[in-house]
Amino acid sequence: MSIGLHNSTFKNPVIRWVDSRLPIFSMMQNEYGTFPTPKNFNYFWNFGALAMINLLIMIATGIFLAMHYTPHVSMAFDSVERIMRDVNYGWLFRYVHANGASMFFIVVYVHIWRGMWYGSYKAPRELLWIIGVVIFLLMMATAFMGYVLPWGQMSFWGATVITNLFSAFPVVGDHIVTLLWGGFSVDNPTLNRFFSLHFLLPFVIFGVVFLHVAALHITGSNNPLGIDVKSPADTLPFHPYYTAKDSVGMVVYFIVFASLVFFAPNYLGHADNYIPANPMVTPAHIVPEWYFLPYYAILRAVPDKLGGVLLMFGSILVWFILPWLDTSPVRSMRFRPIAKWFLLLWGIAFGVLMYCGGKPPEGIYVVLSRVATLYYFAWFLVILPLLGRLERPLPLPESIAKPVLRGGGPLPAGAAAKPMEKA
Amino acid sequence: MADHLAPAGAPHAAGEHAADGTTKRDFLILAAGGFAAVGAGAMAWPFISSMNPARDVLALSTTEAEIGAIPVGGAVTLMWRGKPVFVRHRSPDEVQAAATVDMGELRDPQADSARVKAGKAEWLVVIGVCTHLGCVPLGQKPTDPKGEFGGWFCPCHGSHYDTSGRIRKGPAPANLPVPTYAFTTDTQIKIG
Repeated sequence: MSIGLHNSTFKNPVIRWVDSRLPIFSMMQNEYGTFPTPKNFNYFWNFGALAMINLLIMIATGIFLAMHYTPHVSMAFDSVERIMRDVNYGWLFRYVHANGASMFFIVVYVHIWRGMWYGSYKAPRELLWIIGVVIFLLMMATAFMGYVLPWGQMSFWGATVITNLFSAFPVVGDHIVTLLWGGFSVDNPTLNRFFSLHFLLPFVIFGVVFLHVAALHITGSNNPLGIDVKSPADTLPFHPYYTAKDSVGMVVYFIVFASLVFFAPNYLGHADNYIPANPMVTPAHIVPEWYFLPYYAILRAVPDKLGGVLLMFGSILVWFILPWLDTSPVRSMRFRPIAKWFLLLWGIAFGVLMYCGGKPPEGIYVVLSRVATLYYFAWFLVILPLLGRLERPLPLPESIAKPVLRGGGPLPAGAAAKPMEKA
Repeated sequence: MADHLAPAGAPHAAGEHAADGTTKRDFLILAAGGFAAVGAGAMAWPFISSMNPARDVLALSTTEAEIGAIPVGGAVTLMWRGKPVFVRHRSPDEVQAAATVDMGELRDPQADSARVKAGKAEWLVVIGVCTHLGCVPLGQKPTDPKGEFGGWFCPCHGSHYDTSGRIRKGPAPANLPVPTYAFTTDTQIKIG
């Protein structure tokens, strides 16, 4: 091998020639072939790969929808109807794209929950987690702007309400809103820029996902026990073990996805968005898409404009400092007998907020929203920091390999398990 | 490639080898690969299909026009499928010139009678797109150059068409095509 060339291990002469000059084949082999992966993953670990697939589906269907869509206030709604009625398989792309957004949020919410439950945000994976929160924020922006494009009543009034959130900020608020609109109301300039950004952001997400995966491959994956990989006996090569396991998850994911697209394509949408946008009339009951409901409930729980907006943004921004709010060195909730109940309760509070966000802002729903909002923040800012000091965690297993062989739990010292590589 | 990624000694016992050296894994790779190829094709089909003309585009595939008002020697340009269609009311001299050309002179030999409707030889209907590279030839307006053969002249690369719309000189390979059309009345045509 001459100087300056990568020492490729591939036998095929063409692959070897390319790989020696640009080791992409070696990289794929190292990162997705032989990559040592903890051998005790459960199905929660499918959801990162599912999110990646979902992103690719959204980009593919989105590019083809953009070929037929017209970003103009007088033509947008009709061009979407034309996609549904006249364009070959246009109905399929639009329903896959619209329900794909819902699937994306389902998958990513499970992925985030996995990270919280098994402590994947803790050292050394803090930056990995922070990049993930950035991806989530980009996803929210992209989904919001995409929902505006069909230019139905919910599109228009969703855009009006969400952009008006920024008017809550003193002094600069109104200027920010005018800047977002490009005018004095949501109108054609707004639609044009939202289309441009809705096209751009998925590629930005793709870039940040690359950073997310790159950071993951430095620290390696967390696992359900939350303990570090100690020896090769704790790991398996990614391929074929986790390519196969991810494929099983993929089949289930596609069954759910296809059920939505083919049997209930409008179940998660809102009927009012099939009414063309009318700047003169607001729909009686205006709600965002289901995946934004918890934050919407937090916004409405606060009887103060600026306070509601700050708390709503804060509900996600607080995730950025989660690695430092959680003071416990134990990652997995399996070994945190008290914290796991509080985290489950937080999950329920999130669900309550999602439920209340879809209901009218009155009576019991306001009370429930306030209680759930209070607990949402109490978990991050009070309970989690204190529990790290007060809670006595269960004893951790010595290694991943031991509980796998002996059915879990810590082992007495000296009872060394047989290594796995001959299994 | 998959073989050496499996843990040593795991699924690849010597007993699985058939006499000719093939293994169960060869079959699995072939079957899985074939299935994946069919799946990829099935997924690609709607994407490719969506780029073909949509139903509303196909619905615009006919154009009707009243042509009774065109004087002898005059012409109008209609739009059909986004393209210009030349309708020329030919004079008896022009019909005569088109009908008496020696077939040997033509690059794309076609009798004038095959390019008009029987009994309607004064009406020539052709698609007004040069068969070279798609420009619209001149010759519709009285002031336009009509080329050396009295038909049309393409200004882009100098193709000359005769009074039957046939290529006579220049780089174009074929005659101006005659679209599918019919006379719905004596003075009305339907193209497409």
